Amino acid sequence: MTGKRALLSGVHFLNGDVACAEGAIAAGCRFFGGYPITPATEIAEHLSQRMPEFGGIYIQMEDEIASMAAVIGASYSGLKAMTATSGPGFSLMQENIGLAVMTETPCVVVDIMRGGPSTGQPTLPGQQDVMQAKWGSHGDYGIVALSPSSVQEMFDLTIEAFNLAETYRLPVLLMGDEIVAHMWERVVIPAPDKIKTVNRKKPTVSRDEYLPFKPDEDLVPPMACFGEGYRFHATGLTHDEHGFPKTSSSEVQAKLVRRLCEKIGRNADKIIRVEEVMLDDAEVVVVAYGIVARAALSAVRKARAAGINAGLLRLVTLWPFPEKHVAKVARKVKAIVVPEMNCGQLVREVERAAKETPVYFISKLGEDPHTPMEILEVIRRNC
Amino acid sequence: MTQQTLEHPYSKYLRQGMIPHIWCPGCGNGVVLNAFVHAVDELQLDLDKLVVVSGIGCIGRIAGYTNTDSFHTTHGRALAFASGVKLANPELEVVVVSGDGDLFAIGGNHFIHAARRNMGIKVICANNFNYGMTGGQQGPTTPLDSVTTTSPYGNIEHPFNLVHLAAASGAVYVARWTTLHVRRLTQSIKKALQKKGFCFIEAISACPEIYGRYNNMRSGLEIMEWFKRASVVESFSDPAKAEITPDRIAVGEFVDVEKLSYEKLLHEKISKINEKAMEQVG
Repeated sequence: MTGKRALLSGVHFLNGDVACAEGAIAAGCRFFGGYPITPATEIAEHLSQRMPEFGGIYIQMEDEIASMAAVIGASYSGLKAMTATSGPGFSLMQENIGLAVMTETPCVVVDIMRGGPSTGQPTLPGQQDVMQAKWGSHGDYGIVALSPSSVQEMFDLTIEAFNLAETYRLPVLLMGDEIVAHMWERVVIPAPDKIKTVNRKKPTVSRDEYLPFKPDEDLVPPMACFGEGYRFHATGLTHDEHGFPKTSSSEVQAKLVRRLCEKIGRNADKIIRVEEVMLDDAEVVVVAYGIVARAALSAVRKARAAGINAGLLRLVTLWPFPEKHVAKVARKVKAIVVPEMNCGQLVREVERAAKETPVYFISKLGEDPHTPMEILEVIRRNC
Repeated sequence: MTQQTLEHPYSKYLRQGMIPHIWCPGCGNGVVLNAFVHAVDELQLDLDKLVVVSGIGCIGRIAGYTNTDSFHTTHGRALAFASGVKLANPELEVVVVSGDGDLFAIGGNHFIHAARRNMGIKVICANNFNYGMTGGQQGPTTPLDSVTTTSPYGNIEHPFNLVHLAAASGAVYVARWTTLHVRRLTQSIKKALQKKGFCFIEAISACPEIYGRYNNMRSGLEIMEWFKRASVVESFSDPAKAEITPDRIAVGEFVDVEKLSYEKLLHEKISKINEKAMEQVG
């Protein structure tokens, strides 16, 4: 299944959903299983057209539960696999996101956030799924979630999401929002040979020696796929290195669950990405992510023009939370401002990392994200 | 005289370290596993290309017992997972073995859609009329008036007629046997493994420890006697009329037709589009 149709490269004018779909193809994704939902539908539509050109598979499943299950199955058959959805579908996927975590399945889940709860506001943006990204499935586990602020990042971070998923064997969540998904912007796509892609580690031992859930030093086990002759077992039950259920052993449970947390925790420095703007002499810093970070940047520039030493810490990685970066900023500044399109989610993590430094939260719900002036006003009041 | 260790001829099909299995005395799941292993052996299937997928429930543990690639999914999602496996690598023979509650209550939606698409998956359903793993609750196949731990006054929900459901949803092969019909069950599994497309085999399975306990069939033998007394071979009769009652269990093959499988249609389409895309590149 090798397609010869050229990958997109050069300068293009795209919307975020299409950029995400093209990023997936560039990353080597060859399986998409999904279910239509606003505002993520264009990802599915675009991939239904593009996947076959690369010998890849598009299937519309009967619901989001099935979509997530099919993605895990395809990944176990050896393909890079993805699904895309929005709030209600993201909720339905949670149980199988947990299965992907437990069976250490590399895959990408795109959640284009809209206003919730429930059916909420299908055509409007939100950042209300950020805590669900971390805690959505039951049990303890480490997860990776990325937050694109532009159409360019919908492309770039989709590739990064696949690379992280393949490196650490887990579902990586791309937490976009309705605006970055639907707006059109200039996207610069490098030549295919300049795009870095990562493939999962394969076992180097024979079938008799292979233990499917025995980790290497990086806490990630090499992954055999179905049909390769390893004849291994995987289960959502608590299991040992052999992959077989060991549900009554507290030792096995502790070892497994701690590793699932630590393979992200211990590699957090390698995973986390932030953008630091004018932080060196900043006295007030805005911590923002996604589409809101663009208004925040504008507010910071306006503040600087007005003589206020403001800065921006933009979180590209939401989970694992960039705790050290926030703590470092907090030690130097008088105040931190956190604008979010929700009733206060990631701000709780910021407060935790900021310790004594005051944190001012700006909540926004509904049609529009924060304006730069709204953020500027809070900067002014607290400088 | 030298001592010789004889290996059981079928031991290569099972993961020895996982045996003994967890199933109760008198349970029909061992018969289903036995029939499956015999079918695989008679066809000399390549075990490296066979994937056994199961859901949650007593029979769901089967994936851990077969010496193949195997996956034990979340409750109800075996077919959706298996669809991803099959499409991503159509060379694999993908078999889903699961229970009536897993496949038809929580997983009912996935069943009808996998059958509608004619996905190349072979489904063996061990139907024991209740949720055994959780202690015997009423489920989608529990007969009317049966007593279970959640229908203590007798079940008032009409049960699914699984062969009718499978036939109506588009399966290309549909059969029903009880665990008394070991040879015919094996033959049906064999037939399904040789066919393309979505195949469904219902194995009516004895659950004496739990279902039987509440319904006056306390031993495996008593349930087998019921199967013997009530079973009527009615191959290719109308699946709509194959409802299970205390007096009558219609068994046999109900559907055996040819229809292009989803993965065949999909990969033909992909090749065509892929070729055209390559031409455009030049």
